Amino acid sequence: MMFKIFENPLEKMDLESPFSNTGAGGFVSFEGWVRSENEGQQVMVLEYEAYTELAEKEGERILIEARDKFDIIGARCGHRVGRLQLGDMAVWVGVSAAHRNEAFQACRYVIDEVKRRVPIWKKEYYKSGDSGWLCPVEGYVHAPPERDGESTSTA
Amino acid sequence: MSTAKTVELAYYALMREQRGLSSEKRTTSAITARELYLELKEEFGFNLQMEDIKVAINGEFADNDMSIHDGDTVVFIPPVTGG
Repeated sequence: MMFKIFENPLEKMDLESPFSNTGAGGFVSFEGWVRSENEGQQVMVLEYEAYTELAEKEGERILIEARDKFDIIGARCGHRVGRLQLGDMAVWVGVSAAHRNEAFQACRYVIDEVKRRVPIWKKEYYKSGDSGWLCPVEGYVHAPPERDGESTSTA
Repeated sequence: MSTAKTVELAYYALMREQRGLSSEKRTTSAITARELYLELKEEFGFNLQMEDIKVAINGEFADNDMSIHDGDTVVFIPPVTGG
């Protein structure tokens, strides 16, 4: 099991290489990529920040949970920090197992729990010039949009 | 009884930007992490509510009402958005 924060680009070959195992009948991976749009805003660049010490501990716990819950052979996850461009890989999860069902289930479990629990934060920089840390708290507005003429509220 | 203690604070993401610092030492008479956060929120204007954040003490998640001690490293963790 290994969960690691990377400051440099995630390399699929390096991440997958520890998985060679003749006992595995299947391997499932998930890649999270930087996409160009979020909630109607055009994203130009993303920045990820991590509390690395705790992120790697919590990430490792998630991989161990996946092994305990599902009949898998190996699981690894890498997450980027720093500035990422559109299309860059932000997160990678790989799981090997004797059978595909367990590999799919465990891979899904790992990415869902990573998103929910691991102390990593994402800041988006928009084409409009705005930027802000995403903050999934009801009623919380991370970066009030500039009123630059397209507003219909008061005009 | 209020005993002053000095703790190391580290800030990340939204809270780092709101504070304008990555870390600092702070002397406080707060007894729990919750009390410390409310003190910081009042002083620095953090706009997240206590119930929306988590706490880590000395590199491990902790309960909001856990006591803090002299020399502890305390991190308040805004809602996470990795992946």
